[in-house]
Amino acid sequence: MKHEADIREPLIIGNKSLHDISEDIAKPIETSANKWWWALFIASVTAMLWGFGCIFYTIGTGIGVWGLNNTIGWAWDITNFVWWVGIGHAGTLISAVLLLFRQKWRLSINRSSEAMTIFAVVQAGLFPLIHMGRLWVGFWVFPLPNQYGPLWVNFNSPLLWDVFAISTYFSVSLVFWYMGLIPDFALIRDRAIKPISKKIYTILSFGWSGRAKHWQRHEVMSLVLAGLATPLVLSVHSIVSMDFATSVIPGWHTTIFPPYFVAGAIFSGFAMVQTLLLVMRKVVNMESYITIQHIEMMNIIIMVTGSIVGIAYITELFIAWYSGVEYEQYAFLNRATGPYWWAYWAMMTCNVISPQLMWFKKLRRNIIFTFILSIFVNIGMWFERFVIIVTSLHRDFLPSSWSMFSPTFVDIGIFIGTIGFFMVLFLLYSRTFPVIAQAELKTILKSSGDNYKKK
Amino acid sequence: MKEEKKYYTSLGHETSNVERSNEFHEKLPLEAMYENADTLSASSTSRRDFLKFLGFGTLAATLASCEAPVVKSIPYLNKPESITPGNPLYYASSYFSENVFASLLVKTREGRPILLSSNKTPEHGGGVNARCQASVLSLYDSNRLKGPLKNKSDYSWDKLDLEIMSLLNTNSKKIVLLTPTIISPSTLNLLNEFKTKYKKFQIVNYDTVSKDSMLSANEYTFGKRFLPTYSFDKAEIIVSFGADFLSDWIDPAHAPQYTKNRNPEKGTMSRHYQFESLLSVTGANADKRVPIKNSQQINYVLNLYAELLRIANGKSINVPKVKHKALIKDIANQLWNSKNASLVVSGSDNTNLQIIINLINKLLGNYENTISTSVLSNVYSSKNSDITSLIEDIKNNQVGALMFLNTNPVYTLPNSKEFVKLLENVETKISFSESLDETAVYCDYVCPISNYLESWGDLNPYTGLYTIQQPTISPLFNSRQFQDTILAWLGENKNYYNYLKVFFESKFSKTWNQFVHDGFFISKQKKSYMSFIDKSYDDIISNLSKSVTKSGIELELYIKGSLGYGVHANNPWLQELPDVISKVTWDNYLTISPEYANEIGLKNWHVSNGALDGHLVDLEVNNTKLTCPVYIQPGQENGVLGLAIGYGRTEVGKSGKNIGVNAYQFYNNFDKQQNQNIKITKVDGTHEFACTQNSHTMMGRNIVKETNFSEYLKNPKSGNKQFLLHSHKGHVKPEDLTLWQEHERDVHFWNLSIDLNSCTGCGACVIACHAENNVPVVGKEEVRKNRDMHWLRIDRYYSSDMTKERAREEGIGAVKMYKQMEVPSSAENLEVVFQPVMCQHCNHAPCETVCPVAATTHSREGLNHMTYNRCIGTRYCMNNCPYKVRRFNWFNYSDNDQFDYHMNDDLGKMVLNPDVTVRSRGVMEKCTMCIQNIQQTKLDAKKERRKIKDGEIKCACEKACDTGAITFGDVLDKDSRISAEKKSPRAYYLIEELNTQPSVFYKTKVRNKKV
Repeated sequence: MKHEADIREPLIIGNKSLHDISEDIAKPIETSANKWWWALFIASVTAMLWGFGCIFYTIGTGIGVWGLNNTIGWAWDITNFVWWVGIGHAGTLISAVLLLFRQKWRLSINRSSEAMTIFAVVQAGLFPLIHMGRLWVGFWVFPLPNQYGPLWVNFNSPLLWDVFAISTYFSVSLVFWYMGLIPDFALIRDRAIKPISKKIYTILSFGWSGRAKHWQRHEVMSLVLAGLATPLVLSVHSIVSMDFATSVIPGWHTTIFPPYFVAGAIFSGFAMVQTLLLVMRKVVNMESYITIQHIEMMNIIIMVTGSIVGIAYITELFIAWYSGVEYEQYAFLNRATGPYWWAYWAMMTCNVISPQLMWFKKLRRNIIFTFILSIFVNIGMWFERFVIIVTSLHRDFLPSSWSMFSPTFVDIGIFIGTIGFFMVLFLLYSRTFPVIAQAELKTILKSSGDNYKKK
Repeated sequence: MKEEKKYYTSLGHETSNVERSNEFHEKLPLEAMYENADTLSASSTSRRDFLKFLGFGTLAATLASCEAPVVKSIPYLNKPESITPGNPLYYASSYFSENVFASLLVKTREGRPILLSSNKTPEHGGGVNARCQASVLSLYDSNRLKGPLKNKSDYSWDKLDLEIMSLLNTNSKKIVLLTPTIISPSTLNLLNEFKTKYKKFQIVNYDTVSKDSMLSANEYTFGKRFLPTYSFDKAEIIVSFGADFLSDWIDPAHAPQYTKNRNPEKGTMSRHYQFESLLSVTGANADKRVPIKNSQQINYVLNLYAELLRIANGKSINVPKVKHKALIKDIANQLWNSKNASLVVSGSDNTNLQIIINLINKLLGNYENTISTSVLSNVYSSKNSDITSLIEDIKNNQVGALMFLNTNPVYTLPNSKEFVKLLENVETKISFSESLDETAVYCDYVCPISNYLESWGDLNPYTGLYTIQQPTISPLFNSRQFQDTILAWLGENKNYYNYLKVFFESKFSKTWNQFVHDGFFISKQKKSYMSFIDKSYDDIISNLSKSVTKSGIELELYIKGSLGYGVHANNPWLQELPDVISKVTWDNYLTISPEYANEIGLKNWHVSNGALDGHLVDLEVNNTKLTCPVYIQPGQENGVLGLAIGYGRTEVGKSGKNIGVNAYQFYNNFDKQQNQNIKITKVDGTHEFACTQNSHTMMGRNIVKETNFSEYLKNPKSGNKQFLLHSHKGHVKPEDLTLWQEHERDVHFWNLSIDLNSCTGCGACVIACHAENNVPVVGKEEVRKNRDMHWLRIDRYYSSDMTKERAREEGIGAVKMYKQMEVPSSAENLEVVFQPVMCQHCNHAPCETVCPVAATTHSREGLNHMTYNRCIGTRYCMNNCPYKVRRFNWFNYSDNDQFDYHMNDDLGKMVLNPDVTVRSRGVMEKCTMCIQNIQQTKLDAKKERRKIKDGEIKCACEKACDTGAITFGDVLDKDSRISAEKKSPRAYYLIEELNTQPSVFYKTKVRNKKV
């Protein structure tokens, strides 16, 4: 068994036994939801249905119901897409990269952050679909063998790379997540009293028996999948960034984009994990497992990635000046001082200035402050994508075509709808899935548990 | 199905014992065919049942596969000799409307006229302006009258003819035909016959916008009322006082003439000065434009005359002072040095002023050099006093019948309300019009006339030139051309076609068929010149000097190239054609200078989606009040307001109704310049504009490259500096640094050249592109959202007083510099450039690499293809296009009630070009360089086993361009025009830095400013 230095803070607090952990984690599944859950759930379902209505309206009428125009061919659609993909980064990073680095503090948060990843990627995946003018022939983006002669996809197009990157990421994340869930589903199965839920969890747990062989395979498989998922963490957002980086539009055509986007994605992903877990730990009484220590760790990551993002912003400005290209120079001046200055400064404030407050230990261990800051970062990262997409497009090469963008109720409706859809999935998850990887968590109880450390 | 079969040998005789085996002569070799032949006969389904099932099944399958609703198409029972479905037929014809003449070649497909282009007559290069181009759509206007009306209810021609003939016979008062100038000799002859029969008949000419001042001035100075023809190509110095001769001043031929003498490659170039109050198309193209108030025009003209007199014979006359005294002196000297080869024109409605203009031209020896009095223009004739006296006659109850031919005084007269009341004095009012317009509504009888594309006719626009008007489609409705109606009322039992033929043959003794084939015919007559009457003009000068009064605000009514007099107000193509200068569509508005707007607190501003909003004002002229929006127009003289006529129609179809305001209400005394008693007051509310361009300056970028002629003579590459990239190999051209492989170029390599020096910005090409390529109309709301569908747009840029050089010198920071660059120059310094932009057909196309499904690809012939069928609508190509020329189908634009323009009605759809797909929603589209024409010509050439000739393929825009600014061709053909153009030192690529290697290139703009 791993020994942990005494000066390290315990990762599980309270006088918890192994059985206590099982009890605590099975409790939300075995009890019925309170009125707060229901209130949030109804609100989320409403938002989701509203969003679906807007999506059907778009598909039925045409992309013209959005605020796009001849100059600005993408706006909220792709902004939301990149935002959600970015959010979907933290989960895999926590469960895969931190696994490889043997960071045990990941164990209390990896399950939920991975769930968040998957739900966020579902939202993200919606946008490339519905932004197509002809969704019904959208399957042409797949290299399907066909009878139309030499019809094939264009492997030069970053949008095609996106198709592969997102679908790979989604499937690997899903498998990885599910792998971890199997022993925990088995726990729920074993405790289930109602026949229907017993049946369901029996199916979900794939006949897990807890034998040593099962455990051994599970461990190996986790390691292999972690190895597979780690490059994906870097590749997905690199490829998403290439949608922009490989273009010719000033403000898009930037070689710094892949690392900048990955850092931004981790930044926003952790912010969203904070937003969700700070609420969840309170609602389902997980304060013993998701401790201030965990929150602080995540805040440090936010601070580091936020600083990387900040450096990227400043590098962009420097390179625009240094390149001597007037279109590039204008694009960046226009971001800061043009008609969308407010979006740029919202981005700068939220993403660059606010994470620097995390240098103060008092602040990064403050739950209320962390929650507010995580919201700030979520907003800031949405604006970052809006700034990149809209303010680059709206004034490019020929001033005759310069334009502005204003969202319609449909644009807004779809965005709110995806937030609702995401919340619906997360709320259902929190009541039906074990929200903490209890089997794994139990492995550190005796090394990092509060009560064991005191002994 | 199985039942006992009954066999009959004859009726009423039933036999049941007919040998069934006798059904066939010999035994069928079933065993040989089937292994289980013996079980076959045991089957309960007989052969007949099988056939029944088969028949039923086939029928059911056929019916099920039928599409609903059924679309009816009527095939030719016998193939007409000349019509092969799929092949276009061309007919020569002509157009004359709103005093604009054009000789046409009408393209028809399967009996439908679909595209008009210029049928170049040897004498006159005047082509087809935007309104004429668009008139083919007016043919398919669903608002056209379907048959004759009496008191607004359907009537029959027979009854109508009888009633009117008896009226004409019994009438004791005057019978007046109110018509614009008629330039058809046979029609005039016919009307003379009509006059002989009906003695009380009388014709009153009423040109909506009159040129009476020029006609009267010529009457005064030459003793005859006429309009000369002008040769702008022969003039070295052109001075125009408010004459918009490149757009709407007498003849569209002036633009090609003008550009003919502005080709720097020839080594000479005319110099053009423009004094005007509003920013006109002509002013935008001028070498030096001087904004002046209209009331000041007299002073400037007098000063110029005085200066010329001083130079000519040392005589001095007293003239009022003007601001640009030195400039006038300079111009006078230049004019004098270019004696016999200069031209001074004015757009003023002041006869005395026009007399001075004549005197100036006389002094400069321009008559018979740049102004011809032997070849006269017949397109204007109306006399303002004729109309006022007609109104007097109506007032005095002297008019018994009033006929309106192609004229709409209730809409176009300033005092139309009064006129409507007066109409009660006239017993019978008859309207000859294509639709139930504002005047026809008040008429007792409405005789729908056929569209000019359905009618016969002859036109004589200039001395000696005769052109044919021939029908290219049989009348769509129960309409009758005017001449046929007149013949019917004359009681003659023949049609106008025969009348015309006989008239022509008797007059010219030429073959009719040749005339119809060529479309024109030139009658060589002995030239007769007008002589200038030598008399003292001193009183005119002194009268003029005195007539200049101090005035406050002035109003000038102007004519837009898109809507003209308002005849075509229901034409959605024209409504959506951006104004050449302001780039506003679907509107007219009060233009106002930025300084003046600022002074009285009027503003234009952009809302969150970039669209333009503006304040509203009440404009009051002589107690007539109208609420109109304000558009702030750079370059306009302070204190002058401009308002376009042709808008504010109330009795017109779905596209034109209540668009803009009716400016004719201010057209008092037939004077476009109203200087007295003008008031504007700001009122509450805002107006929503729909502009296609919302940023107006080039922001210091090398988009339109420009040089001055003096520089060009020294170095033809001046103003066209090669862009070089800094690289590890030193300074290289962008095309030398590339990641991409070159395309194979072995068949053709199509290129398109656009000469920015020849482009006047008129917009005829935009309409031609609409017609050729089935470009949809999207309406005001969508244009406002910057979603116009034009494949070809004309960018218009104003100069800015802020430049990079100035910022560097004055130490102005980048942020401030760019902010100030957005502001156009002050009126005095403003320069305007136009740049047509369509898909550049990049050979390293940014759009091609990003499409995930390869819907946009490159052709071996240098074109960028767009495969609508393959497009999934990601719009990535649109984003990555540096020229922003790709257009997305945001909605379904055809068969959609939300877009109720011509593509939403069966009649309007007849104008669609069957060779071009109508795009559905969700796909991208853009200029194809009229690939349908390229393919057609390639096939024709292949069939004839020959190479394609240079100039054989023409894009629609090229065909439409009167001034020859656009050239299309194959650069692999070394002798082609395009190869020569490509080698020109003036040739450059738009945004060359990006190394997109377009197949479209531009040629620098060269102005001839005096250094």
